[in-house]
Amino acid sequence: MNLFSRHKNTVVLATVLLAQFLALAVQVKRQTADGPVRLIRMIAVNTLAPFERLFIYSGESIRGVWANYIDLRHVRSENLRMKAESERMLLDRAREQEDARQARRIQALLGFKEQWIDTTVAAQVIGTSGSETSRVLYLDKGTKDGIRADMPVITPDGVVGKVLTVYGETSQVLLINDPTSGLGATLVNSRLQGIVKGTATGELQLNYIMGDEPVQPGEALVTSGGDRVFPKGLPIGKVVTVSMGRNLFLNIGLKPAADLNRLEEVLVITQQKTRAPDVTGLGPIRAADILAQHLPGVPQTAVQTTPGAAPQQPSAAGGQSSPASVQGLAQNSSTSKPQTARPAANTGTTTVPKPLVPKPVTPKQPAPNAGGTKPKPAAVTGTNPQ
Amino acid sequence: MRALDLSYTSREQVEVYRFSWPVSLGLPLLMVGVQAFVPVRLHFLGIFDFGLLLTIFFAVSRRSQISGILTGAAIGMLQDGLTHTPFGVFGIAKTLVGYGASSIGIRIDVENPGSRFLLTFFFYAVHKAVFVAIERELMGQSVHINLGHEAGVAVANSLMAVFLFAALNRFKIKD
Repeated sequence: MNLFSRHKNTVVLATVLLAQFLALAVQVKRQTADGPVRLIRMIAVNTLAPFERLFIYSGESIRGVWANYIDLRHVRSENLRMKAESERMLLDRAREQEDARQARRIQALLGFKEQWIDTTVAAQVIGTSGSETSRVLYLDKGTKDGIRADMPVITPDGVVGKVLTVYGETSQVLLINDPTSGLGATLVNSRLQGIVKGTATGELQLNYIMGDEPVQPGEALVTSGGDRVFPKGLPIGKVVTVSMGRNLFLNIGLKPAADLNRLEEVLVITQQKTRAPDVTGLGPIRAADILAQHLPGVPQTAVQTTPGAAPQQPSAAGGQSSPASVQGLAQNSSTSKPQTARPAANTGTTTVPKPLVPKPVTPKQPAPNAGGTKPKPAAVTGTNPQ
Repeated sequence: MRALDLSYTSREQVEVYRFSWPVSLGLPLLMVGVQAFVPVRLHFLGIFDFGLLLTIFFAVSRRSQISGILTGAAIGMLQDGLTHTPFGVFGIAKTLVGYGASSIGIRIDVENPGSRFLLTFFFYAVHKAVFVAIERELMGQSVHINLGHEAGVAVANSLMAVFLFAALNRFKIKD
């Protein structure tokens, strides 16, 4: 009792800190190679693991003496069998990877859909987190106004963030410049795709663009739609700085299109409509046309000598295709007119390529980005550490 | 008594104060609310950590370590509630600040503006260091620290503390 009263303050401090550490450890999930794991589980495992390891090792070392030094019969034959199996599995794996790549390309080409903003709700910004490390906003609209989690939030200038948590009459929005957010983006001129993330200092960065790609300051950036949260084509910002970063990727600093520090009113996109591109009247797409899009570039002399053959289509890199390219293929297959191949801009519009007058053609260089050499980041939705 | 023996100030200067319940509960709510909602219109207020200033003020005025710990924990958890990060990040940082400020408050004179400025500057640094340690070690996030910016913010908060503490003195009740 004396000991407790003498160290009462320290005991209270330790108790309060321990309670909060435990509360934190229950909530936090640390990312591991196999997915997120609660911190308390990691702590528990890391605390107990040395004892378990000691127990197991002592047993294993005894068994190991027998297994590794005495009982070594049939090891050589088993090793040979395993090597043969490993080689067979490598071949299988390569074949399956190729199948998967082809499936993705055809899926992207045939299953292409466009997203359209249907309805929005205007909301007033009523608060912030009050902390520089948690870039969230509070809106005066909530579930009663039809707002749900993961809805995109924009201004007429550009993207702001996405709804993180919704309450009855308010909602919490994670800004795009928070380090835990992320959205798929496309550079307007070069059509390169990357992921826009926030930094700890509240700036925006475009990640996963290879160091040898030609990115210039001033180039605009729009949403790619690949994150399944933001509709395609919304302005994100402009490239401000470009420098070589680590791991062969560029460090690309961005200036957001919307002034994220001075937001007063925003629009929440409450409904998006998805529709397939209109290809009625353009004839069926032949399998040969689809395959031709993925073959290496063919010199255009071939187009002139064999009318009706599939023309060279330099787009569709990175598994993405555009309506323009789909229509171009369909039209070519039906009319059989020789055309000069055009790079199909991935703009999401459905313009029909205009037939061009054929002219003498010299063999061309392979089209830029043909063959899907562009880095293709995985679809990312904004992360929610809770 | 042992604490008074180690004090670097006179007995008169080591006054212990208490606060009424409305002040003890209402002031943290008001200040954290101001910190969260006023910067939407007055952006420059975003650099001030009123929760931290209030934790220091209550801790050095009450001069009780347990009170400092509990006040810091409560204000920190309140701030955690407004962020999208887990509960406990601000809570742990402010618990330690509350404990430290009340421990120092017992030993030195914290009534004059100079010591209040230095005290706030020091505890801003402690708070930031603990905060960064939690973010990095417990939450596994990369935290970028701009020392120049942080020093400027610490000075701004320290200056604010001098004026804020003077204004809040009227709520003190002598024990």
